[in-house]
Formats: sequence, C-alpha cells, structure tokens
Amino acid sequence: MTTLTVPARPKHDGGPRPVPWRRMAWVSWRQHRAALAGVAAFLGAFAVYLWLTGLQMHHAEAAYCHPAGSLGCAINFTGRYGETAIIVSIALQAVPALIGAFTGAPVLARELESGTFRFAWTQGIGRLRWTVGKLVPLAVAVTAAAGAFTVLFAWYNQPWAGAGYVTPFSPRVFDLLGVAFAAWTLAAFAIGVLAGMLIRRAVPAIAATLAAYAGLAFATGLWLRQHYITPLVTRSPNPPGSASVISGWYTKGGRFAFGDHGNGIASTVRRLCGGPCHGTRLSLAQLLAQHGYTHWTSYQPGSRFWPFQWIEGGWLLALSALLIAATVWLVRHRAA
Amino acid sequence: MNIIETSGLAKRYGSSWALRECTLAIPAGHVAALVGPNGAGKTTLLNLAVGLAEPSAGGVTVLGGLPPGSPAALDGIAFVAQDTPLYKNLSAADMLHLTRNLNRRFDQRYAAARLGELGIPLKRKAGKLSGGQQAQLALTVALARRPRLLVLDEPVAMLDPVARHDFMGTVLAAAADDGVSVLLSSHVLAELERVADYLILLSRGRVQVAGEVEDLLASHRTLTGPAAEAGLFAGRPVVHVRRGEVQAHLLVRATADDPVPPGFQAHPVDLEELVMAYLREPGAAALPGPGRGRALPLEDGEPSEVTR
Repeated sequence: MTTLTVPARPKHDGGPRPVPWRRMAWVSWRQHRAALAGVAAFLGAFAVYLWLTGLQMHHAEAAYCHPAGSLGCAINFTGRYGETAIIVSIALQAVPALIGAFTGAPVLARELESGTFRFAWTQGIGRLRWTVGKLVPLAVAVTAAAGAFTVLFAWYNQPWAGAGYVTPFSPRVFDLLGVAFAAWTLAAFAIGVLAGMLIRRAVPAIAATLAAYAGLAFATGLWLRQHYITPLVTRSPNPPGSASVISGWYTKGGRFAFGDHGNGIASTVRRLCGGPCHGTRLSLAQLLAQHGYTHWTSYQPGSRFWPFQWIEGGWLLALSALLIAATVWLVRHRAA
Repeated sequence: MNIIETSGLAKRYGSSWALRECTLAIPAGHVAALVGPNGAGKTTLLNLAVGLAEPSAGGVTVLGGLPPGSPAALDGIAFVAQDTPLYKNLSAADMLHLTRNLNRRFDQRYAAARLGELGIPLKRKAGKLSGGQQAQLALTVALARRPRLLVLDEPVAMLDPVARHDFMGTVLAAAADDGVSVLLSSHVLAELERVADYLILLSRGRVQVAGEVEDLLASHRTLTGPAAEAGLFAGRPVVHVRRGEVQAHLLVRATADDPVPPGFQAHPVDLEELVMAYLREPGAAALPGPGRGRALPLEDGEPSEVTR
C-alpha cells in the first residue's frame, strides 16, 4: 500500500482565529435540509388546502352575506363552510407542536444517540459555535415559515371574523393569528431541542416535546391568557360584541353574592320565589335585579387583541430564548 | 513539549472511579499506545484529553500546556472516537465538506486523493461503506485537518486484519511524514510493536507502566530456569512468574548487562510478553523517574500462574 504524504503545516498558524459563523450555515443546511423540506411540504400542503377552500369561502361570503344573517348566507356560507372552518382551526393547533417536535428534538438527540457528538464536539469550531450555529438558524427558519403561514390563515379566517362569527379572542383562533402562531412554533422548537439534549434519544424526545407543548398550550389557554391585562368590568348585560367574557357575578349591597355558575344562584332563586319559581314570568336577571342584586361582567375588549398578541409573543420568545440558552449551556458542559 | 500531561487526574462517573491518581507526561513525536484491560480507563483518559469530559480531580493539559477543549487545543487535536462515528446519511464527499466547514484548516486535496487511493467512492453514503472504509474515512477526515496530535480510541478493534494493517499504515505514514504525534488506545496487542514507540499501560484506573518502548524492552528480560530454583529470586525485581512442572519463566526488570543467575538463561522480551506480564500483575509498575519502578516481591510457593 502506498501512502500519501501529508503536506507540511505552515510554521506560523497565528492565534487560533475562531472558525467563522457562516461556515456553520452550510453544515446546518446539509444536515437539516431534509427536516426543513418536511416542514415546507407539511405547511405547503396545508396552505394549498386553505387557499382552495378559502377562495370558495370568500366567494360565498361575498355573494350571499350582504346583508349578513340572511337566509342565503346561512345556507351558502355559514352552513356550508362553518364546520370545515372549525375543524381546520382545531387541526392547526397541533401544527406548532408537530413542527417543533420533529425539527427540534432530533437536532441534538440524533448526535447523542449515534455517538457523532464525539466527532462534532471535537472539531476546531468548538461546541459553542456549533450549537448556536445550528439552533439559531433552524429556529429562525421554522419561526419564519410559521409566520408566513399565519398570514394565509388570517386571510382564510377573515370572512368569519368580519361577520362576527368568531371573535379574535376565541381560543380556537387566537394562537393562529398575529404573532402567536410563530411564537408557539418557536417555543415548540426550543422545547424540542432541550428535550433532545436531556433525553438523548430522538423518539422519546419527540414524545416528551409533544406532551410538554400540550401542557403549556392548555395551561395558557385555560388560565394564563385572560390575565395578561386586568379585565374590564361592566354592569351592562351585553359587553361589546368582540369582547371576550371572562366571568360574571352578582353583588348585593356592594358585596359579592354569588357567581353566574354555582350553587349560590340556584338556592337564592328558590328562596326568592318561595318555591320552584313556576309562576314567575320574569327572567332570571330581572328577578334578581328586583331583589337588589346587581350583575357584573368582566371581559377583555376586542381592542386588546394586539396587546395580547405581543404579550403572548413576548413571553414565548423569552421562554424560547431561555430554553435555547439552557441547551447551549448543557452542550458546553456535558461530559461524554 | 508534552502532547499530554496529567497530574493526579481522576474521573468519577457516579460512584465509581474510571480513572484515579493518573500522573503521566507523553512527549511529542511519538506513536503512543494506551493499553489496558476493558474498564481500565483508556476511553476516559482520551475523553479528558480531547475535552469531551472534565476531570473530577487533578489536572490535564495538552499540546504543551493548553487546557483540553480550548479553541487552540481543539484546533490542534483530531479525535477519532471508538466505532468511528460518521454521519451515516452523508456521502464521503459531504463528510469532507462538513469537516472543512467545521475547522480552520482542511486539506481537501490530501483528503480527496487519499480516498481515491483507498478506492472509497466519494458519492457513496458513509453508512454504506464497509467497516474498514468507514474507519479509513474517519481517519482521512481527521488527518486532513492537519492536527498536531491525532487521538484514536480503539481504532482497529472492529476491523479485520487487512483493514487493521492498512489503517495503521496510514497512521504511521502520517506520523513519519508530517510529524503528527499519535495517541491511540487499543486492546489489540498483536500490532503494537510495529506501531507504537511509546507505551502507557493503564490498569484499574491507574497508570501501571509508562515509557518509551525501546527503554522498556531494554530494561526487561525473561529468565528461564529450573522451577525449583525460582525462589532464589526473592527480593529481585520480578514482574511475573510463569511456572511449569520443570521450568519457570520469570519476567524481570533487568538489562542485558545484568548477571544471569546460574542455571538460568536470559532472553529479550517482546512488547506483547511485557504487556501481558504487567496485565497479569496489576500490582507491579514500571514508571519513569527515580525509584518509581517497583516489582512484586516474589514469595516462595505462591506461583502467580501455573502452567501444566
């Protein structure tokens, strides 16, 4: 066997200038282009579907729904596309989780699982640049793709929002609009990379990411989002149409009496009627008002949609940055 | 310059010590072999040297005083881990391109020419290459970085004899032509003598033998003589005794000039014999520096190993 001579090294290499960041771009692209192509195909298929059904919806709305609420509108627009729109918006809730889990979780888990981290982390570029140079462009790419998709969904949702069928605060669409969809996708990606680093195996890391994301998204929708800004309170029985009602309750003599939904209201009404209230023709609200009870409603006005979007986008961005920073720290300090 | 220098180096995983009180200095310009039984701490020591692990106690520096994992150390050391991990879904050409992008220096021409010479198709995915070709690809990628130190963890354990021979040929050529220092771990003793000119023997997390192969061979002899008289050597620096019915073979620390006891014949040792003797006597040690070497006191009637 003949062997080639390794050419002599230059005598003075100088101090080790770091390997430029842009070199990581090729590496990240080459190693993750399949995942990015998968995201593009997945979102692209969804987008084509939204585009086609959205066009039909827009046409139907334009043709039959002026004035809104007409019989023609009910038959040809709401009746025909309402269910589809609901199913689409529910299905889209899962998209950030799927994108994040399938692009984020394997990035580090695959390296750890297959042992290639021993190769990657001993190259001249160093672990810090390697990790940041991989995670940040990928995070930007999936976030941008999700952001572009939001624009399409906003267009798709427009006939419903315009006619007041869906309020912007509806939990079904709030996180598909504005900056929230992109922010949730970024958060899912960040959860994914950290889970991959901690669990070190791609498939369990994907499962853990989906579970963690679902928990976070449900907790946000159920408990957190309504408290972003202190709600407004009104005595009017009908808060503005675009508002999101949080809760209602009664007071008497300036003191809290009972909530709209609870045992207190039933027992009070029974006491006031002196029985099961069969005789009275008054509505519940009128009956209680006659006896000195005042009804209050707390709500978030529709005008707060964008502040809410920025708050949600902001904390999700901060959370994602924190998770990615934690991942980078772990990569730098993990011992083989 | 020492390519690696450790003092009191220790590494603990959980409650078990993978490496303890490891103090050694390997000078540059050698092909140094790190040998020892499984679990002796070879991989741990290499991981510490390339910056993949951090010491639990003690210190380690590489390339004349650099902390492992520092930019300068990463720049100067190429590491081929056990089972030669490669990105299996990348082609050989992409592996080269990838490594080129991850380092300041990369000799693309050398790498491409070397793969051509080995008959490794550039378009083929790394995962589709044979075990020997994968190992050669990993080695080529490492050498094309033009490192000052090449660290190989069990590089030939999975290879057949021909692939093993070719692989070591590449390593030796790089060491001879470019002056790359090499540190390789192996439990395959057969090829060591051809390859290594420096030996470190690790046992149970401690350094047992360290030194240039030439010096080690010159300072050890096998003495063969009547088994009944093996007891004469009590107090002598005997490393290991292999006692048969009639004859005993003693591996002792002695040079060619040392007197041979009556009735005994002295033979030079080869590296494999020497390593085997120390592996079988974990209590014996041969370390550089005055008074560091110690051999087992030979106790009569307690043969270390009896061959029948």
